[in-house]
Amino acid sequence: MTRLQKLILSRLALGVVTLFAVSALMFVGIELLPGDLAQQILGQSATAETLAAFRAELGLDQPPHLRYLDWLSGVVQGDFGQSLASRRDVAELLSTRLANTMFLAAYAAVIAVPIAVVLGLLAALWRNTLFDRSANIGALSAISMPEFFVAYLLILVFSIKLGWFPTLARIDSVDTLGGALHATFLPALTLILVVIAHMMRMTRAAIINVLAAPYIEMARLKGVPRWRVVLRHALPNALAPIINVIALNLAYLIVGVVVVEVVFSYPGLGQLLVDAVASRDFPVVQAVGLFFAGTYILLNVAADILSILSNPRLRHGR
Amino acid sequence: MTQFTSFAAPSRRGFLAGSAAAGLALGMGLTPARAAEPQKGGTLRVGFTQGSTSDSLDPATYSNDFMFATSYAVFSTLVEIAPDGSAKPDLAESYEATPDAATWTFRLRDDATFSDGKTVAAKDVVASIRHHMGEQSKSGVKPLLEQIADIKADGDNVVVFTLKSGNADFPFIFNDYHLTIRQDRGDGTIDPDSRIGTGGYVIEAFEPGVRIELVRRDDYWKQGAAHFDKVVILKVGDAAARMNALMTGEVDLIDRPDLKTIHMLERNPNVRIHTQDGTLHYTMPMHVNTAPFDDVNVRMALKHAIDREAIVQKVLKGYGTVGNDHPIASSMPFYNADLEQHAYDPEKARHYLGKAGLDSLDVTLHTADAALNGAVDASVLFSEAAKAAGINVGVSREPDDGYWSNVWLQKPFCTSYWGGRPTPDLMFSAGYAAGADWNDTNWQNERFNELLVAARAELDQGRRAEMYGEMQKLCQTDGGALIPAFGQYVSAMNQKVQTPEKVSEMWDLDSQRFIERWWLA
Repeated sequence: MTRLQKLILSRLALGVVTLFAVSALMFVGIELLPGDLAQQILGQSATAETLAAFRAELGLDQPPHLRYLDWLSGVVQGDFGQSLASRRDVAELLSTRLANTMFLAAYAAVIAVPIAVVLGLLAALWRNTLFDRSANIGALSAISMPEFFVAYLLILVFSIKLGWFPTLARIDSVDTLGGALHATFLPALTLILVVIAHMMRMTRAAIINVLAAPYIEMARLKGVPRWRVVLRHALPNALAPIINVIALNLAYLIVGVVVVEVVFSYPGLGQLLVDAVASRDFPVVQAVGLFFAGTYILLNVAADILSILSNPRLRHGR
Repeated sequence: MTQFTSFAAPSRRGFLAGSAAAGLALGMGLTPARAAEPQKGGTLRVGFTQGSTSDSLDPATYSNDFMFATSYAVFSTLVEIAPDGSAKPDLAESYEATPDAATWTFRLRDDATFSDGKTVAAKDVVASIRHHMGEQSKSGVKPLLEQIADIKADGDNVVVFTLKSGNADFPFIFNDYHLTIRQDRGDGTIDPDSRIGTGGYVIEAFEPGVRIELVRRDDYWKQGAAHFDKVVILKVGDAAARMNALMTGEVDLIDRPDLKTIHMLERNPNVRIHTQDGTLHYTMPMHVNTAPFDDVNVRMALKHAIDREAIVQKVLKGYGTVGNDHPIASSMPFYNADLEQHAYDPEKARHYLGKAGLDSLDVTLHTADAALNGAVDASVLFSEAAKAAGINVGVSREPDDGYWSNVWLQKPFCTSYWGGRPTPDLMFSAGYAAGADWNDTNWQNERFNELLVAARAELDQGRRAEMYGEMQKLCQTDGGALIPAFGQYVSAMNQKVQTPEKVSEMWDLDSQRFIERWWLA
């Protein structure tokens, strides 16, 4: 077994352990929140009697550790159970939401990542020029405003004033890819504006860091053009931190967009999670939470592997 | 404000005659001065604040507007509250009571069918109502049905309810959105997830917490109702998103526009703001069995230390009216208009404090915006106003989560609200009667409880008006609920959406029956 294979396996095994820990923490968290599903759904109209009947029907009258083990034994067999509130299969409930979330994340990532990396490279190449400064100021201003504010500004300009894009990202009402891209353009643009700065600044910093190394000076002295220095000599050595920050931002695009979903009424996982927490719908919270945790773990493992592959010293090290 | 002059409560003579007349009036068009005749057709797109992934079609669990409106569109009830406030037979053709108002006979329509073509039978009604009763039931309407001793199907067309004691307002209960009629599975129970209903629409697509699409039934048995071809309800939780969607024409109708920015909507010539006075009111219940609220003078002092006008203007932005410390809205039958209005009067508050033997008073008001969007602001306003009377109201902000289980009914002084109840009896029985599950003031006024039982079985409308009038006075002068304001229901729509001249004001949007009653121009 190569070193890399060992590393991947050990990381994945650790990931599974982490997922168990996460699920236990989430369960405790939901238990600690005031009220349970019966109280949240019946709300003001709850009486002691109806609460008891509701709990008995859902098995909420069982002690917490039994409920957790019950759920766990199902999950180990691949059964995420049913939503307590709507009695729908969690897997079915998740599938459309998951597709929506991944669509929006991919849409934003496909545009944001190349733009951020190219901007970062150009900013490093033309360090301290007008271009560098304006790219920095633009990206930093976009990230400094809260997401919902960026979203409202975009709605004001592109929906209300210009009428180009809808304010409600109703992906369920369109049946072509073009229609879906049009319907979700504003939320995607909001996310793009929010994630570009981080990746761009990290690219720029990493490249500039490498540009200070003696071998770059050597390359310059033997007459290699600046752009070639950056692309051929600096970039391969700066890849590791860039990959890491891209992975972090991809994870954010998948798990952290609930505010954008609310502003555009986009039926993604974030809203599902908020609804599930609000009603203490434990199987749904667990499923979504585990998916989010799994996303982070997998993207981090992927980033580590890519970093190692990009670095011959690590690739062949012992 | 609309008056309920034609309040068609049942008389001792003939419930049958009354309901037949109501049916006749409907056939001829209840509102002759209607602006335009309803037109068939079109798609109505609605943006709703509420709606959750946890929603299900089980009628026992309906807890938000999204499901209320859906429920009334897809299913129907035995009785509906007509725009004039009367209890109009819907799936029932007529109803009548014995003279003691303790046995009620509901005769069903012959022509009412479910969307699968089956005729509605008495056993369906029995199974549907039983779903909300008994040990196993988790229904929110369960306490209201405890008065029922027995339900019986008498043949295919008649259902007989035997009550534990007389109740002249009994038919009003059946307007409740929980009590929609489903099919009996054959074993005396209903399938709670069934989509087969008797309403004017069938469900084409339903994604809980996201959207529902309803299509009109071609074979709908009810005449002059269900005008839209198609209705789409979207959950748009964010107020700004809702208002934007209305302005850009992506939806036709929204509920609960943000009152702070509603003037921007008003400037748009294509948008119309719709208000209903309704029965929604905001309360600050005090536990009358807990010191210091056990002294009626302390309660009166607090009732005079709150600036109601300021709360209406600053918190409700003028979309409301001042309350008078009893829960009966001016739009409800038997409203007592002769009561003196409680107003902000620090001197009077001090006077009552003196009578209680106190120089100053410290109380804590528990509040959260779960009770009303703006409840915290209202509490702070109250705290500031009360200082002038030597009363120190400490505002304790509680989490929205679990507010109804951990604060309301638990803390001796908190903020709350009550939605609509069509009659004084239902309102008083729910929140003010001794032993009621939701008696949030623990108030046990002997005279009040006597009157409540007497008025319930009394069929003489004059006598009932007298009794309910006195009960309102008792609430106002002795009760534990401080009721600063009644809120209006506010919604906004584009000019295509047409409403009848008169709508039912009990709940928002024609008491959530707009899908069946409104139309597009």
